[in-house]
Amino acid sequence: MSPKTLYDKIWDAHVAHEADDGTTLLYIDRHLVHEVTSPQAFEGLRMTGRKVRAPEKTIAVPDHNVPTTLDRANAETMTEDSRIQVEALDTNAKEFGLHYYPVSDVRQGIVHIVGPEQGWTLPGMTVVCGDSHTATHGAFGALAHGIGTSEVEHVLATQTLIQKKSKNFKVEITGKLTPGVTAKDITMHVIGETGTAGGTGYVIEYCGEAIRDLSMEGRMTVCNMAIEGGARAGLIAPDEKTFEYCMGRPHAPKGAQWEAALAWWKTLYSDDDAHWDLVLTIDAANIAPSVTWGTSPEDVLPITAAVPAAKDFKGGKVDAAKRSLEYMGLTEGMALTDIKIDTVFIGSCTNGRIEDLRAAAAILKGKKIKDGMRAMIVPGSGLVRAQAEKEGLADIFKDAGFEWRLAGCSMCLAMNPDQLAPGERCAATSNRNFEGRQGRGGRTHLMSPAMAAAAAITGKLTDVREMM
Amino acid sequence: MNKFDKLSGIAAPLPLINIDTDMIIPKQFLKTIKRSGLGVNLFDEMRYDDDRNEIPDFVLNKPQYRDAQIIVAGDNFGCGSSREHAPWAIADFGITCVIAPSYADIFYSNCFKNGILPIALPQEQVDVLMKDAEKGANARIEIDLEAQTITSSDGEVFTFEVDAFKKHCLMNGLDDIGLTMEKAASIDSFEASASQARPWV
Ligand code: SF4
Repeated sequence: MSPKTLYDKIWDAHVAHEADDGTTLLYIDRHLVHEVTSPQAFEGLRMTGRKVRAPEKTIAVPDHNVPTTLDRANAETMTEDSRIQVEALDTNAKEFGLHYYPVSDVRQGIVHIVGPEQGWTLPGMTVVCGDSHTATHGAFGALAHGIGTSEVEHVLATQTLIQKKSKNFKVEITGKLTPGVTAKDITMHVIGETGTAGGTGYVIEYCGEAIRDLSMEGRMTVCNMAIEGGARAGLIAPDEKTFEYCMGRPHAPKGAQWEAALAWWKTLYSDDDAHWDLVLTIDAANIAPSVTWGTSPEDVLPITAAVPAAKDFKGGKVDAAKRSLEYMGLTEGMALTDIKIDTVFIGSCTNGRIEDLRAAAAILKGKKIKDGMRAMIVPGSGLVRAQAEKEGLADIFKDAGFEWRLAGCSMCLAMNPDQLAPGERCAATSNRNFEGRQGRGGRTHLMSPAMAAAAAITGKLTDVREMM
Repeated sequence: MNKFDKLSGIAAPLPLINIDTDMIIPKQFLKTIKRSGLGVNLFDEMRYDDDRNEIPDFVLNKPQYRDAQIIVAGDNFGCGSSREHAPWAIADFGITCVIAPSYADIFYSNCFKNGILPIALPQEQVDVLMKDAEKGANARIEIDLEAQTITSSDGEVFTFEVDAFKKHCLMNGLDDIGLTMEKAASIDSFEASASQARPWV
């Protein structure tokens, strides 16, 4: 047999039909559904009298719109539009018989955190969701990507997706990370290298010692942002850490089925002489705690750097950089550590897991946030929240002056009431710094949870290594 | 999806170029959870005044065009965003065919996904049909997709081009889902063997 990459292996195991031109019906093992991109898909099923083909493989959870304040059980905290979308998901989940985690369920949370937590996401699976950050699930060695509303309907009706195969891109992070550098810094650094279109047409497999050394939480952070580099999906080969994470989860296999699953999962790696269409190698020692300065995730720099000048760039990027600097209200040449912030958001599907909260708490313990700072921690799921309370992290956050919220997407995309006002500047652990992403006129600097915690204390972008 | 075969209908003239998706359905109607029911907001800003009263001069508000099933329009119809709300609104109003010299790409393919036939004709021929449409309810235009012909109310016949595969789908009422469902046997057999190989999924 010819050598294969991990992507090749998962793809080959899911081809339900292949046409002469390579157009493939790819079978989908898990379909995650949230309230924003699904209503018209369900309506389409109703209009055509179709059913959900595999409701037992379809998981629904509201996350994008839901308020994260403690009074959210009171429906009035939601805007009319949001309430209608959440109610529609309620109705659709019940009517079509899907697995459902309503707002009132402690397991509710961001769809990409709930999936792995409940053991829905497992190695070797195909996972889709009407949301671009579905790439997160690639951390398990699952082929996972976002789809549009017509495709959501297609998967609901047929449990397949019409696809053409992408190319293979290997991103290897060799050696060990230095202290204060995290999974978020790896993934941001990679986008800084490839640019936001560098991954277009590819599925990325992240490998190398620094990736192996990451926890499952960290690997999810890395894969989460594969889409920000333009890739169709990001993948990490499953190993002992993966298996250990999956074992005992509510929807993971048990007993003999676990053994059978494990035997197959252990074959899921890229063969030594597999063909790569593109390779990028980065030495982990060269990755520093990173932040974004502009309005594209590729606008990444080490925290020790200065704000660049537009003329440092080439081609269309010159004007883009000019526009970014103006929008962000920054002057070229100023030290990144001189940028003052007024808001801190720790959460999202990139960094809303327990390990992220632990990293933030380690910095915040016994400290207070800067006077006048608005700071919030939004756990990625109700279970993450419960765990953080059990470990005493919630008290550290509250004592430091952070708001301790309920689970949801929150200020990652500001569809709920958590928004930046025009001109406000936020240290955020989410994944997109687009204009207006966190509220109209809001300014976003992306970074790791530890870096965001450090910024909350000093009131400006800060090198977390000075606080360790 | 509804099958499109033959159509004999009233055509509403909209002699404007660059009719964009915001004109077809303005942004404020995109927060809906539905794809049906958008027909009342089709061409909303041209159709209603600030107090939500119908503007009597707008073509679709005129008694003779209320049941129009065809729109005849100018160049570059459907430009703007990729949102499917535009064809959803058109189809919900009851329009199943648009005739224009050219279309925006994404809108053109979105039409086929929603049972609408977009026909591109040379400007002179569109001009003839525009005049025909202006005659109102007495002038029915006939479209035969199988034969790829349009017949004006005066009996003048034009032929049009359409991709063979798209034509097949439209004539048989097949959307992407319908097409995939034709391969249900492959999916069934994949599912059967996968559940043997990976019963835990
Ligand atoms: S947390 Fe942000 S990126 Fe993640 S699913 Fe929610 S909105 Fe999307």
